[in-house]
Amino acid sequence: MEDQRYIDQLKDIRNIMDRSSRFLSLSGLSGVLAGIYAICGAIAVHCIIQQRSYLYVTLESKEFFQIVVIAFAVIVLSISTAVILSAKKAKKRGEKIWNKSSQRMLINLFIPLTTGGVFGILLLKEEHYGLIAPVTLIFYGLALVNASKYTFETLRSLGIVFVVLGLINTGFPGYGLYFWALGFGVLHILYGTIMYLKFDRKQAD
Amino acid sequence: MKHVISHINKAFDHRIRLGIMSVLMVNEWMEFTTMKELLQVTDGNLASHVKALEQEEFIVVTKQFIGKKPNTRYAATAAGKLAFEQHLNALEQLIKQSR
Repeated sequence: MEDQRYIDQLKDIRNIMDRSSRFLSLSGLSGVLAGIYAICGAIAVHCIIQQRSYLYVTLESKEFFQIVVIAFAVIVLSISTAVILSAKKAKKRGEKIWNKSSQRMLINLFIPLTTGGVFGILLLKEEHYGLIAPVTLIFYGLALVNASKYTFETLRSLGIVFVVLGLINTGFPGYGLYFWALGFGVLHILYGTIMYLKFDRKQAD
Repeated sequence: MKHVISHINKAFDHRIRLGIMSVLMVNEWMEFTTMKELLQVTDGNLASHVKALEQEEFIVVTKQFIGKKPNTRYAATAAGKLAFEQHLNALEQLIKQSR
């Protein structure tokens, strides 16, 4: 009897330590959906590129504008899905979505992510188009590794896979779209599913 | 067996006090309102357990004003962290020994 009490106490301690330092309401399902949006976006961009008869998409062209719109749509949809589903999960867990741990997670996510974004825009300006996809993949990966300390540990290995994918992509400039689809699409779906099965479904019981 | 028992600290032998220390082991500091939410306790309940831990000098309480709002923060002292670690080790030992 005494024994069970101590075991319960240790479990409580572990639970409180996690809850007070990690944001555990991050929805796995939103990762799966973000992956699906990314693949749809990649297919749309692929079709646009296939249609044109000339070799390069210039910055002033109609196609480039369309690609930017698609990219923005994918980002906005992914972020809003993540916020909505995480808010729902947080409510179920009796946690606030905007608390100290979610703030800490976001700050640590956005430091490398913003750096990568600005770096990507500078590369675009300097016309290093082939490096944009690898750089975004690498910095997104580093952002995940950094944020993983304040949410599910699983994000750490996902981040490392993104970094490796970005480094491989550096050797294959011009195939950025396919590496993007593989990373933001397939990897998100894969890891989102793992997180959903491991954490979300368990808590729903 | 005897020395293990001596490390079970009476000061931590309560769910809320255990909770307060757990939070302060992994966070540099924690403010009153967030602590209350995390442990799901009432103001008075939290305050009385905080006082007990403060008297043992396991935690320090800082009160300050952010604008016009009073803000109370807690942090674990070095002695508090050490005592809590010993307490956890003792708990683990007890469980191991009885198996």
